Amino acid sequence: MQTLLSIEDLSVSFARPNRNISAVRQVSLAVTARECLGIVGESGSGKTQVFMAAMGLLAANAAADGSVRFESEELLRAASKELNRIRGSKLTMVFQDPMTSLTPHLKIGTQLAEVLVCHRGTSWSEARIAARRMLERVRVPEAQRRLSQYPHELSGGLRQRVMIGMSLMCEPLLVIADEPTTALDVTVQAQIIALLRAMREETNMALVLISHDLAVVAGLADRILVMYAGRIVESAAAAELLRHARHPYTAELLKCIPSLSGPLLERLPTLSGQPPRPGESLAGCAFAPRCPRAAERCRVERPLLEAADTAPVGTAPGGEAGSGNANGARRVACHFPLTP
Amino acid sequence: MSSLVDDAARRLWSNSGTMCAMFVVFGIVALALFGPWLNPNGAETLDWLHVASKPALQNAHWFGTDRLGRDLFVRTLEGTRVSLAVGLVASAVSLLVGIAYGAVSGYLGGRTDHLMMRLIEILSGLPLIFFVIFLTVIFGRNEYLLFLSIGAVGWLTMARIVRGQTLSVRQKEFIEAAVASGAGTARIIVRHVIPNVVGPIVVYATLTIPQIIMLESFLSFLGLGIQEPGASLGTLIAEGAGEMEAAPWMLLVPGGFLAALLLALNVLGDGLRDALDVKEG
Repeated sequence: MQTLLSIEDLSVSFARPNRNISAVRQVSLAVTARECLGIVGESGSGKTQVFMAAMGLLAANAAADGSVRFESEELLRAASKELNRIRGSKLTMVFQDPMTSLTPHLKIGTQLAEVLVCHRGTSWSEARIAARRMLERVRVPEAQRRLSQYPHELSGGLRQRVMIGMSLMCEPLLVIADEPTTALDVTVQAQIIALLRAMREETNMALVLISHDLAVVAGLADRILVMYAGRIVESAAAAELLRHARHPYTAELLKCIPSLSGPLLERLPTLSGQPPRPGESLAGCAFAPRCPRAAERCRVERPLLEAADTAPVGTAPGGEAGSGNANGARRVACHFPLTP
Repeated sequence: MSSLVDDAARRLWSNSGTMCAMFVVFGIVALALFGPWLNPNGAETLDWLHVASKPALQNAHWFGTDRLGRDLFVRTLEGTRVSLAVGLVASAVSLLVGIAYGAVSGYLGGRTDHLMMRLIEILSGLPLIFFVIFLTVIFGRNEYLLFLSIGAVGWLTMARIVRGQTLSVRQKEFIEAAVASGAGTARIIVRHVIPNVVGPIVVYATLTIPQIIMLESFLSFLGLGIQEPGASLGTLIAEGAGEMEAAPWMLLVPGGFLAALLLALNVLGDGLRDALDVKEG
C-alpha cells in the first residue's frame, strides 16, 4: 500500500516568555492511501498540533522539528507557495467548528466554487455547477437554493456538510477531519459520521479522524492511534484496540464509554487525576501518576513505542503487519502492558 | 461580491432614516453642481447696489450678499462644490492607501507590522502645516496639491483602524480555513480580510469626509488652501465669522450647508454600516 503522509520524529513546541512548552514529542506515524486513521486523545494531548504542523497552520510562536512528507514532498520546511499547491487540493482539512470556519460575507456557492477557481483555474460558471453537484453529494437538501445563501442562514449540521463538501472539491487524497462533530449535537453527529463513511466509499480519499471521543472514531477508523501528553502511547487496528487495549490509558478510556446494555451505574466511570501540565518535564511515563499499574520503573524510565505481539484472535486485521508494513502492527508504549 | 452589494442595497432601501440622509446628500451635491445656474448672479460679480444685503427674493440675492456684494447663494454652492471635491478625492486617496497599508500590516504581523506601524508614527509626528507649506514652496500653490497633501496625511488614521480590525479578523477560524484551503496571502487579504473590516471602514470614511472638509477650510483660512476669488465652505465660514454681528447670514448660510452636509453624511454612514452587516440581515 502506498504511503500518503509520513510523519517522522515530529516535535512541536511553543515559545513562551519564560519557557518552551512542548505539545508534540517525537511523533512518527504514516497514513496510507484510502485508509481511515483515527487519532484519540484528551484535550492538550497534541493530536491536533501534529496535523496543524503538517498543514503549515502552526501558531507564530510554534516551532516544529522532524519531518512531514506528503507524497514524498517535505511539508515542514516548504515555502507557502508550494504548500498552497497541495493544501486545499490534495490535502484538505475539515475544522471543528463549522459555525466560524466559513467566511461570513461570502455565499456558500462562492466559497465552494472558489476552491476550484483557486486550484484548478476553472471558470466561475463551471465551478458553480460543480459546487451545486458537491452540495447534492454531501446530502444538502435544496442545493440550488443553498448556493446563494450565506453561512449564517444554515444550521450547524448543514454548515459542516458544506465544510466537508469544500474539502472534497478537488478530489483530495487525504482529508484531515479535526473533531468534525464536537461542535454539533448528538443526532447531527451521527449524520456527519454517516456522511464521512459514505464519502469514503464514494471517493478514493484517505481520512484522518481526530477526536477525543473513542466512540466517534470507533465507527469509522481502520486503525487507531492513542495519544497522551504529546506522544503516541498505543497504535493498533481499530477492532483490535477496542477489544483488547494493551496500554492502561487506552483501557481506562474504554472503561469510560457508558454502555447501554451493561448494568446501570450510579456514576459514570471517569479517569482519576489530571494529564500532566504542558511544559512539565517528564522523566518517566507521562501516564504513570494516573496509572493503576504503575511501578517504580514507570516513574524513572520512559517506555518506548514498541511492537507488541498481536492478540491471539484469528479475526484481527492486525495480521496484515506481516507484510512488513509497520502500520497495521500493534504498538504500545508501556513497561507493563495489559495482556489479553 | 456583487450579490453582497445587492443585498446591502435592499437593506439600505428599507431604512427610511438613511434614505432621508441620502436624499439630503444627493440634494446638496445636485445643488452644488447645478444650483449656480438657477441664479442670475455670477460667483465673482460684484453688485455694488447690494453690499452685505440681507437675504431677499426681489433682488435675486436669495441668501444675501457679502461685503463686496457677491451673491452668497452662488458662492456658497460653488464653495460646497469645492469642499465636496476636496473631501471626496482626499478621502478616496486616504481610503485606498489606508486600507491597503493597514490590511497588509495587520495580516502579515510580526516584524513587517512593526516596521510599517513605526513608519506611520513617524509620519503622523510630522506637523501637517509644515508639511503643506513645504509642498507649497516646492510645487507652487494649486488645488491638486491640497488634495494630495490632505490625502497623504488622512490615510494614517485609516491605516491604524484597518490594521486593528485586521488583527482581530486574522484570528478567526475562517481565515485559518482559507489558509488550509491553499489560498495565497494576497487572496486572503483581498477576499477574506478586507470585506470583513468594511463596516468600520465605511463608518470611518463618512467621518473622514467632514474631517477633511474641516481640515481644508482650516488650511484655506491660513491662506494655504483655496484662494480668493475662489471659495470653499471653510473660507466662507471664516469670512462670515468676522461679520457675525452685522451680517449673521454670511455665517449662517455656509454654516448651515456644512452642518446639513455633515449630519447627512453621518446618518448615511450609520445606515451603510447596518446595511453591510450581513449578520443582522
